[in-house]
Amino acid sequence: MTELALPKIDKKTLDKKDYIFKSLAKLINPEHVLSHKDEIKPYETDGLSAYKQTPLAVVMPENTKEVSSILKFCYEENIKVVPRGAGTGLSGGALPLQDAVLLSLGKFNKILEIDFENKCVVTQPGVTNLGLTHAVQHKDFYYAPDPSSQLACSIGGNVAENSGGVHSLKYGTTTNNILGVEMVMMDGTICRIGGKTLDQEGYDLMGLICGSEGLLGVITEVTAKILKKPQVVKAALIGFPTIEEGANATSEIISNGIIPAGMEIMDKALIEATDNFSKAGYPRDAELLLIVEVDGTESEVDVLLKDVSSICKKNNCSSLKLSQSEKERLSFWSGRKSAFPACGAMAPDYYCMDGVIPRGKLAEALLEIRRLSEKYNLPVANCFHAGDGNLHPLIMYDGADKEQFRKTEEFGAEILKACVRLGGVITGEHGVGVEKRELMCEMFNDNDIQQQLDIKTSLDEKNLLNPGKVYPILRKCAEEGRVHVHRGEEKFPDLPRF
Amino acid sequence: MSTEVRKNSQIFQDSNNTYFPEDETQISSVVKELFKKNQPAEVIGLGSKSFIGNKIQSAKKLSLSKLSGIIEYLPEELYIKVKANTPVELIEKELEKNNQELAFEPIDFGFVENGKSNKGTIAGCLSCNFAGSRRFKVGSVRDHILGFRGVNGKGDIIKSGGTVVKNVTGYDLSKLVSGSFGTLVALSEITLKVLPKKKSSNTITIHTEDKKLVNELFEKISSSSSEVSGAVYVPEEPKDDSYNQNKEMLFKFNDLKFQGSFLALRIEGDKLSIEERIKVLTMELELQNLNTSILDVHQSVPLWKKINSLELFENTKNNLLRAVIPPSKGNELIQKIGNKFKYYIDWCGSLYWIEVKSNKNSKIIEIKRLIIELGGYLTIVKKSNEFDYEETIFTIDETRLLISEKIKKSFDPKRIFNPGKMYRGI
Repeated sequence: MTELALPKIDKKTLDKKDYIFKSLAKLINPEHVLSHKDEIKPYETDGLSAYKQTPLAVVMPENTKEVSSILKFCYEENIKVVPRGAGTGLSGGALPLQDAVLLSLGKFNKILEIDFENKCVVTQPGVTNLGLTHAVQHKDFYYAPDPSSQLACSIGGNVAENSGGVHSLKYGTTTNNILGVEMVMMDGTICRIGGKTLDQEGYDLMGLICGSEGLLGVITEVTAKILKKPQVVKAALIGFPTIEEGANATSEIISNGIIPAGMEIMDKALIEATDNFSKAGYPRDAELLLIVEVDGTESEVDVLLKDVSSICKKNNCSSLKLSQSEKERLSFWSGRKSAFPACGAMAPDYYCMDGVIPRGKLAEALLEIRRLSEKYNLPVANCFHAGDGNLHPLIMYDGADKEQFRKTEEFGAEILKACVRLGGVITGEHGVGVEKRELMCEMFNDNDIQQQLDIKTSLDEKNLLNPGKVYPILRKCAEEGRVHVHRGEEKFPDLPRF
Repeated sequence: MSTEVRKNSQIFQDSNNTYFPEDETQISSVVKELFKKNQPAEVIGLGSKSFIGNKIQSAKKLSLSKLSGIIEYLPEELYIKVKANTPVELIEKELEKNNQELAFEPIDFGFVENGKSNKGTIAGCLSCNFAGSRRFKVGSVRDHILGFRGVNGKGDIIKSGGTVVKNVTGYDLSKLVSGSFGTLVALSEITLKVLPKKKSSNTITIHTEDKKLVNELFEKISSSSSEVSGAVYVPEEPKDDSYNQNKEMLFKFNDLKFQGSFLALRIEGDKLSIEERIKVLTMELELQNLNTSILDVHQSVPLWKKINSLELFENTKNNLLRAVIPPSKGNELIQKIGNKFKYYIDWCGSLYWIEVKSNKNSKIIEIKRLIIELGGYLTIVKKSNEFDYEETIFTIDETRLLISEKIKKSFDPKRIFNPGKMYRGI
């Protein structure tokens, strides 16, 4: 485990522990205040399991009023609060603090209203992302953002992280797909933003809250937009003999005016790993594999796939397969969706990065990662949401070897810095959390960060809500750890990660 | 004279107390000076939307009109980076060369203002966050802003976002500045997401006076998978000659078979997929039982241009309201405004543009109350000269106002930029 700088522990809070437990137990059902070490153990970490902290207490309020009274109490008593949804986040955004109350939204698990007329669902934040789609799919509707952890991740967490997914180029991320939220500020104020209308007047507070990683308010209700399922969805599976040719084809697809619903790339290492793992029938001789999914009307989809095919042929693709059935389309995805566990099977540990680059720099980025892989003598496999430039290199290493672990971290940081150099950013969908905190300086200067901190201070002047996350504590560009998975001990081993 | 003062006196160029900085460093030094002297300023571009919002009491003006021009346009990366005060039309022309567009359809307020097209600058467009007819399908202006650079009220140059669509690095300030009416940041640079233009478009018009049917059709259209990218209802209302009755003149198209009120829906794509979608919609909306016309691309494009230029309200001297409601509340709202005002409905039943005669000011309060009751919001986009009562131009509740004040303070603690433009205290 890497040493991680965390906010200074407030001794005064620790000294009045018993008083805090008793007070919290008066505010909500006492059974929903957990303080025994066995009870709070499951909350020590989130999806970034390299870091563990024991919270002061875990509270599980059942309604907005309870959230408000807990926050008001903590505000008045100067107690830190860490909000937590399903705890599947990969950047340590829900990492507890020893002197903080961990506020779990786990009991907010009900869908409040399904409103087909206004094309939205009003839900509590603890409902899972997939739960939303399940609630409306009988009428052929769905909720568009589809992070790989959608089976378990909560919609409140999605708002906090502004989660994306495979289809975000065409359908946007969370911020483009919610209409309203109810949230509670650190001082207990309850605020409603937006509703069932498109847009809102005044400052776009919803846009600010979305992706604020639990630093500005606690989401207690979400109104999410639902979409009608497309008429037809088909996919193409294309192999390329070189990285450059595959990368060129990707750029050409976009510059030919095609916006695929999803466009995914895997490199040779991952093609082999996933094919071994899930027997997806991928072209193992290819250096780069491209999956392109398009949707629309029958003829539109056929025309688009024809265009995609001719672009790929022009770029010397070595194999090309179009899905002939829904079953075959899903089989194209099966390998891609097993990318993470496949890496887990190849090395004791793997380490997942989440950088974004401009699409056109793909070949450059992959070659740089290959160069770094040789430099550090560590194998790496790459998957890439090519549609929106989101790169997930998976570095394989053995965590038992301390030197290798250190090299892995250095390697990871170099990749993210390269992303910024190529015109991209250090995180596309996993969030900054504690993980990439110190790398914020790669993208932002002091003025930029100060403005963001000023916003934080204006809404949480005592800096009690999820402190120590997103913004560098020391304001220096240190290099810290990212998603480490040790000997398969992933926090949520059953969740697909892609 | 210190170097700093000399530099600013050079930027300070006209007798109208207007600063004309040429780059963000100059904006920064002007704002630093204003900050030091506690002097508020009105931030202006081309002035195409300056009539929206409260009047600003400030002796100074900060014109950003010199920050114009395209910085970087990468069609294959689907973004364009421009200086903030680049005219929208210039950007659209540049995108057109690569068959791309700003998918949110910027509104042209020029016709309302003085009968002539004027889309203004992209910074103005972003600051108002008023998207056109495609909004319900592709998102608003704010959904197409990837990043920006600018100067906050302390004179610090700040940036947020980038050039890529997926980005969760830090707070998403691009959203916050969208719709902030220039009260947070003097923008210097904006990066926009651009999208390929659809090959063609057709418009189906359904001719009906039955408002209940109109709302039923809106509901069916938004439930369809046919990707309708515009759905608007233009009623033959009011039957009152004192409103400018330009509707028939405006929507004169060869293939429009019927006169009177109509619902228009736009289908975009290649020829084959348009045909397919029309077929599906004909079944879904039971169009065979209704009076319909189909407008080809040569008529479809101008129709939507007229809609998004608010030409129906050309040169109006009356009040112009913009109301957004949950679409299911359409019947209730129509019942109320019925045949008393001139209006049309956009965004597939969500957005109402309503013209209220200048001698009916008090009606605005009634309409606003109703809109809020229905779960919507109302903006008084244009005020008549007789607009004489104390009524907030925007809608906000107390809690949000309090939060907004705090946010304003974090960007612009001395309220240098556009004080009072949106709300008192902001």
